[in-house]
Amino acid sequence: MVEIRFHGRGGQGTVIASKILADAVSKEDKYVQAFPQFGVERRGAPVFAFIRIDDKPIYIRSKIIAPDHIIVVDPSLIDAIDVTEGLKKGAFILINTGHQPKEFQHLGKDFRVFTIDANEIAIKYKLGSKAAPIVNTAILGAVPRIFDFVRLESIIQAVRDGVPVNPDANAAAAKEAYDSVQGV
Amino acid sequence: MAKERKKIDFKKLEELPPMVMSLRSMAANPTGSWRNLKPVIDASQCIQCTICWKFCPDAAIDWVDDNPLVNLDFCKGCGICAEECPKKCIVMVKEGK
Amino acid sequence: MKKVMMGNHAISHGATLARVQVIAAYPITPQTQVVELLSEIVADGKLKAEFIKVESEHSAMAACIGASSAGARAFTATSAQGLALMHELLHWAAGARLPIVMADINRAMAPPWTIWTDQNDSLSQRDTGWMQIYCQSNQEVLDSVIMAYKVAEKVLMPIMIVLDAFSLSHTYEIVDLPDQALVDKYLPPFDYKYKLDVKNPHTYGGLTTPDWYMEFRVKMHEAMDQALVEIKKEAGEFEKIFGRRYDTVDPYLVEDAETVLVTSGTAASTARFTVDQLRAQGKKVGNLRMRVLRPFPFADVREQLKNAKKVIVIDRNISYGYHGIWAQEVKSALYGHSKVPVFNFIAGLGGRDIFPETIADIVALVDKKKKPDQELYWVEVKR
Repeated sequence: MVEIRFHGRGGQGTVIASKILADAVSKEDKYVQAFPQFGVERRGAPVFAFIRIDDKPIYIRSKIIAPDHIIVVDPSLIDAIDVTEGLKKGAFILINTGHQPKEFQHLGKDFRVFTIDANEIAIKYKLGSKAAPIVNTAILGAVPRIFDFVRLESIIQAVRDGVPVNPDANAAAAKEAYDSVQGV
Repeated sequence: MAKERKKIDFKKLEELPPMVMSLRSMAANPTGSWRNLKPVIDASQCIQCTICWKFCPDAAIDWVDDNPLVNLDFCKGCGICAEECPKKCIVMVKEGK
Repeated sequence: MKKVMMGNHAISHGATLARVQVIAAYPITPQTQVVELLSEIVADGKLKAEFIKVESEHSAMAACIGASSAGARAFTATSAQGLALMHELLHWAAGARLPIVMADINRAMAPPWTIWTDQNDSLSQRDTGWMQIYCQSNQEVLDSVIMAYKVAEKVLMPIMIVLDAFSLSHTYEIVDLPDQALVDKYLPPFDYKYKLDVKNPHTYGGLTTPDWYMEFRVKMHEAMDQALVEIKKEAGEFEKIFGRRYDTVDPYLVEDAETVLVTSGTAASTARFTVDQLRAQGKKVGNLRMRVLRPFPFADVREQLKNAKKVIVIDRNISYGYHGIWAQEVKSALYGHSKVPVFNFIAGLGGRDIFPETIADIVALVDKKKKPDQELYWVEVKR
């Protein structure tokens, strides 16, 4: 079983990202469970979403305390909270940022950092607005590059099904994100 | 000054009162970020009638030094205070302006 | 068709597939998405139903009672204080023998205000005459709504489908959405023999003297007995068509277990996960998930617990001044049939998480005791 924690801010669509990833995983021959932090979500406040992926039915239903990996949707959280709390040794950390992975060495040598500039890709493909780009698609495009539980085709299909407008632009953004992950 | 929000933060079972006591029902959940409009009070016109303070459904208006003070950590921007103000000296303005 | 959906939407899809005809509901966290999606489905014309917006849960159940009396398949959903507000009408629905189906998303009762899960809201309605089915997965939620109408309409008693707030209601997982044609084959339209009829007008529920009141209660109780037979029969019928089986109880590695956990809801799901971990350590532990509270499956519980040396009931609820409510039920069923010691643990109230470690700690504590030395044990309480 793989357990991943998403870090974002309320209003950024972090929960939707975890749901679309669950959609993508459901297209593989796998079981999946995705859930938000069970609370009162506030715009701008740090929020979490969680996802479990396994080859067999998932019975555990408690919160994820010690994730295998994390995905940081909002890089400003790295200075605000301890994103690596409970994170297992050998974890992958995927960060939405224009910076290089080596600039995040302070997160600890037990982890391997990958970066993807999802904001830039979202703006390029006109996903959301310049002030508030919708970064989910680009982040999800990066996921199959570093993890082997889901294929890019499944991500693209889930993104196409999951976005209300511009399915082609979203699909292209996911593909570009896949090709531009840093740290691979 | 406005009274500090009492935290529901107890160390031991023995310290708990029989019922949760705080200065507002959502003290544990600052709802200010729900707001799209915020009330702005023109203090020069205010007659200290306390109607806004009484009507605020979230007790988000504190009474400080004989004047109403909106607690923006909790105000959801519903506008009831502006509606009820007899002097119409509370206006709802868009957040971020 | 496999689809990723939250538990709340599994309810909405279940009701849609069951072709409900009247939905009356009032929104409350964590139930809101159930009626949100249903109102969309009705507005889009995908379900031919009347969606009645009401001013309270009391009115919601009143509308369901009216609709059901007129022969319509009625549905509602609520949580916590909303369910409590319905209380009077829960008696009316059951007493009038109306096969209404309702989803209750288990939310702990206020005060203090809370939105998180525990079972005190639904268990407080235990004696109203409603059947209660506790679910552990979104698939089970969807399937149970469909099965509920089949059973309810056969015995003419209402059913409450119960699921945990957030850990099911807001959790996304893969659900197999059955074909409408298969559901139609399984669940025929509701044909109510006693429905309101303008050509043959009657009033319902009028004054009944001591001469006959008790006989109506006998009939209700017998309907519940019959419901148990129907639930067990439908377990097989449903499986034949959909390939998934839901019985009154859900035993896991119980047969050779020395210690059997008795659990319900999502805590039962985590308990099953924990049983695998404990088995890997060589501990002979099993899990008996309680699915049906009313009608209570006495025979199944006695049968499943007959080999146990110790029974641990984990209750996500409390009857203040007594035990957890499932513990009362289980002890009562075992009385005179078994001398197995029953340990009662109260855990996870108000949405506090129940981790595999929580359950493993409970088992470890019971390992050290021959029999309970307290009426109940509080789990992970700050002292």
